Amino acid sequence: MTPVAPVEIAPSEVWETTDDTDVRPDRPWKVIVWNDPINLMSYVTFVFQKLFGYSKEKATQLMLDVHYKGRAVVSDGPKEKAEMDVFRLHEHGLWATMEHDD
Amino acid sequence: MAPRQPVVPNGDGTYSLNLREEERALIAAIVPDLRGLLADDPNDEMLTRLFPTARPDDAEAEAEFRDMVRDELVSKRLARLDIVAELAEATALDQEQLAAWMGAVNDIRLVLGTRLEVTEDDEFEETDEADAESVARSAYWYLGWLLEHLVEASASEL
Repeated sequence: MTPVAPVEIAPSEVWETTDDTDVRPDRPWKVIVWNDPINLMSYVTFVFQKLFGYSKEKATQLMLDVHYKGRAVVSDGPKEKAEMDVFRLHEHGLWATMEHDD
Repeated sequence: MAPRQPVVPNGDGTYSLNLREEERALIAAIVPDLRGLLADDPNDEMLTRLFPTARPDDAEAEAEFRDMVRDELVSKRLARLDIVAELAEATALDQEQLAAWMGAVNDIRLVLGTRLEVTEDDEFEETDEADAESVARSAYWYLGWLLEHLVEASASEL
């Protein structure tokens, strides 16, 4: 394997912008899954693992939040990603909504 | 006696499906029912759980979202119901077929649960009653048991 020579970049070159553009990551939309009386807890956990690649622990915690708190934010991102996530959750029969994170 | 395992991963990406004749008969009967309903009128109120509202805060955005996804949600559901109808007698499934079974069984539960107005406090009660509601209720609980095993088998391969 060839070692990669470190490239030095001053932090200012990376972070400084020439105008007032907001450089925060584009994650203004939240995808929420709501509790419902029909879906099985094991199924909901599995869907979170399968769709989002979450660990069993993280998926289980989100499922428990849905079950006991009534809802959980399961993903976030730009509008197109949020729409795709909602679509995939609906495809799997979960009650998902999206909202803008003001 | 060990509890019966209806879905067993074989470790090579395939799964054994050990269902009794009456279970296969139930699935073979119920799948075309949902298929017909979905194909005829996806807006039927019995199907509302299959097409949740994505944007409860914004009617215009909701209508746009619906336009964008509705046809695909319907066609994906029809496709997996077709796979299950075709494989109602199968004794082995591959991963994709297992996913279709899981999705279809979950859809059927969502629709039955809507029709039965299931709540979180409902508990299984064995019954010999043969009226439509009792039959639907038994099917709902049976499919929950089957789904649990489909999920367990699928999760073993994650």
